[in-house]
Amino acid sequence: MSLVYAGTCCHSPAITSRGEMADPIVRAQLLAAFERQRQAIEDAEADAIIMVSSEHFANFFMDNMPTFSIGMADEYEGPIEDPNWLKIPRTTIPANPDLSLRIIKDVIQTVDVCFSQEWKFDHGMAVPLHFLTPNYETAIIPVNINCQALPISPLQRCWELGKALRKAIDAAPERIALIGTGGTSHWPCTPDSGKINNEWDRELIDHLINKRKDALLAYCDEKVYQDAGPGAFEMRTSVCIAAASEEQSGEVWFCEPIPIYATTCCITTLFQL
Amino acid sequence: MSLYYVQKLLYHLNRDPAQKQRFDDNKDIVLAEYSLTEEELHALKKPDIGLLYVLGVNGQILMHYATMNGYDWPQYIQSMRDGVTEHGPVREGLYAMIDGKGAL
Ligand SMILES: [Fe+2]
Repeated sequence: MSLVYAGTCCHSPAITSRGEMADPIVRAQLLAAFERQRQAIEDAEADAIIMVSSEHFANFFMDNMPTFSIGMADEYEGPIEDPNWLKIPRTTIPANPDLSLRIIKDVIQTVDVCFSQEWKFDHGMAVPLHFLTPNYETAIIPVNINCQALPISPLQRCWELGKALRKAIDAAPERIALIGTGGTSHWPCTPDSGKINNEWDRELIDHLINKRKDALLAYCDEKVYQDAGPGAFEMRTSVCIAAASEEQSGEVWFCEPIPIYATTCCITTLFQL
Repeated sequence: MSLYYVQKLLYHLNRDPAQKQRFDDNKDIVLAEYSLTEEELHALKKPDIGLLYVLGVNGQILMHYATMNGYDWPQYIQSMRDGVTEHGPVREGLYAMIDGKGAL
């Protein structure tokens, strides 16, 4: 059919691993926003979810780092992290290799994506899925954007990936939801871990929901690194979703700094039927 | 310059239980399979997590090696801070992008 829902959510592993250590009121609001997004995907009767994330050296390494990759496996597994630490049980995640193939064939006409027939999900996918498809009944098509190893994917190309994904989604008979994960200020796994620049986050989210292409593509990597930390390079996933849903303005469903989760947790809706 | 191989070894240890087992059984045999400098070998064997950070290992890879060696989260963070104090700013990779000191 076409795109039936698009949005973004956070993927900090601490949301599950250190879940109870946050302010219980703020945590309850975050979980309510995740539930609202889960319900929106269910109400949209999505046959599949294309999840755009930035993985953290779980599958891809600098021997052959794809700028973009799309999954085409028969099934996925995850989380790759210790399930006792992440507090998400290891499981098999359903796929749709036939739909993957059609999406890839279409996208590859304009954006040079790699494809992967083997993919272990890390927290970048596992945390959102834990809340959005808790029973693992919906087929997932993972998309990865390299936001970790220099040179990272240029923002302009992430925008074009979003456009290419949308065209491919609209050409498919299935009802498809599109979710981007991660991308607010954070300094993960560094001495600055826990630092948050909430003002920077709010400005980014405002550009995203208003689909301000020029503003989004004007972010410079050095300045992003300085203002919002290396974790903010993951804004590429949100930029991709904004491009795929450019015709509608979006809504912020949750956006609060949660220090124990080491980032501003955000949930937005960028497209609804 | 072999930051690449330091990270590759750690990536393998994080991802491949068989390689991790071989490393636990005999570090020297596994380390010999990667092209590493004396300083890198020392940092990996000790392990000196702070020095590995200064050498430029990405935290998304290094964090797991720290955990593997029994570091809890505050110890891991402190070891990177100590590393910068002792060995100077991060020399290569992502964290050398600005001044390599982070927000210390
Ligand atoms: Fe991330």
